[in-house]
Amino acid sequence: MSMLERDKDRYKTFSRRAFLIGAGKLGFLGVLGARLGYLQVKEAQKYKTLSDNNRINMNLMAPSRGLIRDRKGVVLADNIQNFRVNIISEQTESPKKTLEDLAKIIKLEKHEINKVLSDISKVRRFVPVQVKENLGWDDVAKVEVHLPELPGLFIEEGEIRRYQHKKSTAHLIGYVGLVNATEIEQGDPVLTVPGFRVGKTGIEKALDPVLRGRAGSIKREVDARGRIVRTLEKDFGQKGATVDLTIDAEFQDFTQTILDREKSASAVVMNAKNGALYSLASSPSFDPNMFSKSISATDWERLLNNPAKPLTNKAIAGQYPPGSTFKMVTAMAALEAGVIDHNTTHHCPGHLDMAGHRFHCWKKAGHGRMNLVEALSQSCDVFFYKISSEVGIQRIAEMSKRMGLGQILPLDIANVRPGLVPTKEWKLSHHGQTWRTGETVLASIGQGYLQTTPLQLATMTARMINGGYAVRPALLKEVNSRIPVQAPHTNWPRLTLEPDHLKLVKRGMDRAVNHTKGTAHRVANENPNYLFGGKTGTAQVRRISRQDRLDGFSQKDLPWRQRHHALFVGYAPVKDPEYVCAVVVEHGESGSAAAAPIARDLLTKAMKMNLSKDIKKKS
Amino acid sequence: MFGASSSLSTREGYIPLSEKLRSLNWGLVLLVTLIAIVGYAALYSAGGGKAQPWAERHIIRYAIILIPMISIALIDLRFWFRLSYPLYFIALMLLLAVEIMGDIGMGAQRWINLGVIRLQPSEVMKIGVIMALARYYHSIPVEEVKRWRALIPPIFIIGAPVGLVLLQPDLGTSLMIAVGGVLMMFLGGVKWWKFAGAGCIALASVPVAWHLMHDYQKKRVLTFLNPEEDPLGAGYHIMQSKIALGSGGIEGKGFLQGTQSHLNFLPEKQTDFIFTLLAEEWGLMGGLVVLFLFALVFLYGFLIALRARHHYGRLLALGLTINFALYVFINIAMVMGLMPVVGVPLPLVSYGGTVMLTSMISFGLIMNVYCHRDIKIPRFI
Repeated sequence: MSMLERDKDRYKTFSRRAFLIGAGKLGFLGVLGARLGYLQVKEAQKYKTLSDNNRINMNLMAPSRGLIRDRKGVVLADNIQNFRVNIISEQTESPKKTLEDLAKIIKLEKHEINKVLSDISKVRRFVPVQVKENLGWDDVAKVEVHLPELPGLFIEEGEIRRYQHKKSTAHLIGYVGLVNATEIEQGDPVLTVPGFRVGKTGIEKALDPVLRGRAGSIKREVDARGRIVRTLEKDFGQKGATVDLTIDAEFQDFTQTILDREKSASAVVMNAKNGALYSLASSPSFDPNMFSKSISATDWERLLNNPAKPLTNKAIAGQYPPGSTFKMVTAMAALEAGVIDHNTTHHCPGHLDMAGHRFHCWKKAGHGRMNLVEALSQSCDVFFYKISSEVGIQRIAEMSKRMGLGQILPLDIANVRPGLVPTKEWKLSHHGQTWRTGETVLASIGQGYLQTTPLQLATMTARMINGGYAVRPALLKEVNSRIPVQAPHTNWPRLTLEPDHLKLVKRGMDRAVNHTKGTAHRVANENPNYLFGGKTGTAQVRRISRQDRLDGFSQKDLPWRQRHHALFVGYAPVKDPEYVCAVVVEHGESGSAAAAPIARDLLTKAMKMNLSKDIKKKS
Repeated sequence: MFGASSSLSTREGYIPLSEKLRSLNWGLVLLVTLIAIVGYAALYSAGGGKAQPWAERHIIRYAIILIPMISIALIDLRFWFRLSYPLYFIALMLLLAVEIMGDIGMGAQRWINLGVIRLQPSEVMKIGVIMALARYYHSIPVEEVKRWRALIPPIFIIGAPVGLVLLQPDLGTSLMIAVGGVLMMFLGGVKWWKFAGAGCIALASVPVAWHLMHDYQKKRVLTFLNPEEDPLGAGYHIMQSKIALGSGGIEGKGFLQGTQSHLNFLPEKQTDFIFTLLAEEWGLMGGLVVLFLFALVFLYGFLIALRARHHYGRLLALGLTINFALYVFINIAMVMGLMPVVGVPLPLVSYGGTVMLTSMISFGLIMNVYCHRDIKIPRFI
């Protein structure tokens, strides 16, 4: 082989193999191109989503909670600035040292420092951790001045709920608290914001969706370490709606002050025609501002263990036998059934023997011969005992329901209780026993199984004296200056009650206060401009035995928890009534002695303040 | 006739500078410059829309190396032919030197600090192996290639550096040297069945190699096989790179708009993952344009190799082209999740001195082959 031929041969091998490699390269390039196309076309959507999740971090901003104001625009619940110190651990060499330095400037206990340090260890290093909140101005100023020496610390401004009327609105308005595990399941993203608070009781809870507002959000681009690069989008959200109540702040304060004279009491004052509530209070009370910060364990224990149950709103959740305040219902049922009329009289010897029992009248000596109006005004028990079996529990129960008893009256406040109106069916299903005549006798004077709340009693009274309209209580006047559906109004359906019957009942209540023989005569107003009517009630908590009667014992001898409840329902003015009220003094022994004076003060004040007159809101 | 013959004789002998300049592959220079400019743009974006710290130095480096690149192309090929073995041995010595006194960098000893630049002898060695093998197969008679003993020198030429680089330890580079060398042997004319046999032996030794691998190397292979398994651990880089590529879509997110890279989700975006940044911002279109530019470069090298009338030039040009292509393929396959992350940069685009230097020296030599395509190179000088 010549040199040239050899080279030719070599070149042939080379070029053949070179083409092979070239084809391999081309194939490889094709694979790369195809892979690129697959990733960027076919899989693009998947990776776009992943990429967005990577870089966009959404931060929620708690909306400002809506204001709660009274009918005149007086602020009952608002928000104040809350300064807190936070720490970002990656900005300081030693978070421990920074916190110890901070403790030299403001009050910061050892255990608080330890808690912050443990919080820091649970989050990524760039995440701010709260060190202390509710800083006073002095502390804020001190920390601000020393910030250069306190690496990692910064001051943040938030909001905290404030109730300027303190304990007089504690039950009505309620309070706010940190979100709990069940609440978080509502799914509103704002609930996940650290430190966010929601309504826990009262109006704050019932109207929480309205007051809460909508969370704002900041969409921020973050890097792989979660640090903020820039803000992409800011949504300021919607602050909570301003809620205007029918409540009158001054009158509410007045109600609370009066109730606080008793150990445990509650009262409701409302407009008889449209249902607007002017005050709704329960005593003893507490300062709801305790809950806006975090309530201390000792304060909480004290509230929980108080036998007078300060945490319960007794005006809507206290359930009591109505006692003699129920006699109007029995009367209406009897009149409607034709069992009695205005002329019917019964003799009261002080007791009635029936179905093997002796039922006593509160007046041992007896009332003598009584017609309906007298029986109401003097609260004769025997009169009602005698008509009870003929009326029957079913008619009494039916009238009770029409009057608003035994049901939850819808109201924009949390924990409204239904009370109880017993029927034959109810007893059979709940106690497995048949109804006995004796139980109807007891029910006719509001004893036995009957349970009512002050709110229901006020509603009942309103329906009796407003001409038989099925008025319902209302708290909301306006939401964001617009009238909501639940606002008070006068278009209530009629209960189809005879005006003559209503007139009789009303007269009975009038005379109970304004007639010399009336049970509440000693609290009657002498000024003819402020005349009011009403009905006393004294509800047994403990059965009075024969032995007790023989011993001639006094309620004062019993422990407080066993004494009678004192009740009073009233209306004012006597002529064309505007207001009704219900007062319950727990274990107050006597309706006329304990509850009636409170009711008088409330109704008189309501008339003097002319609460029912329309208010021009100042805003 | 005479004129042509005279011209031929001139081309076979020493060629005047003016003619060399005229026959220089200015198209290739333009192509390489275009790719370097793409690199500038990508690094400008990687720097957060700033020429600092990478883009400016990248392009200045390119401009400076352009001079030696063209100079290399103009020096007579026979000079390089003569230097083939000495250069190989110098590179081998440098490799030994890093073993002994190399700086610690990236978890492996790979640099020699020359003060001005940090030289990676392993990169220089890739050219050294190709030059040495080109010279070897140029000098050896065709009949000799078929002999068994003719395999010994090439195996030494490839084996010594591969072994040293493995010791560094740098699996990726040693594999690249090995692949480049074996392809040179293939082009040199070694019989098919010998490669098949060697392949079988290599396959059989995989378990042994696995046993000898460092933990981080094993981990890289494992995460390559299943990156989603540990998205925040070792598979993170591949996952994030795929997210960046995929989210770029057809049109891309726009220049300087690549969120993945700008937000530091992308690791080493200025070096190994520069193609990811590029394809995130410029989309499939941009990615394909870059692939096309590289394809044209390969084609240039291929055609020059086929055009050379001496074996040394053919082997040298094609060997260097293959080496360059290996970088491109491995890098892009790696960022697209087709290969384990082995730390191979994208030449002329990634930030880094040594690879740019060696790539451009390669192009200098490839152009040199074209300039001296018709000269005569004796078997031994």
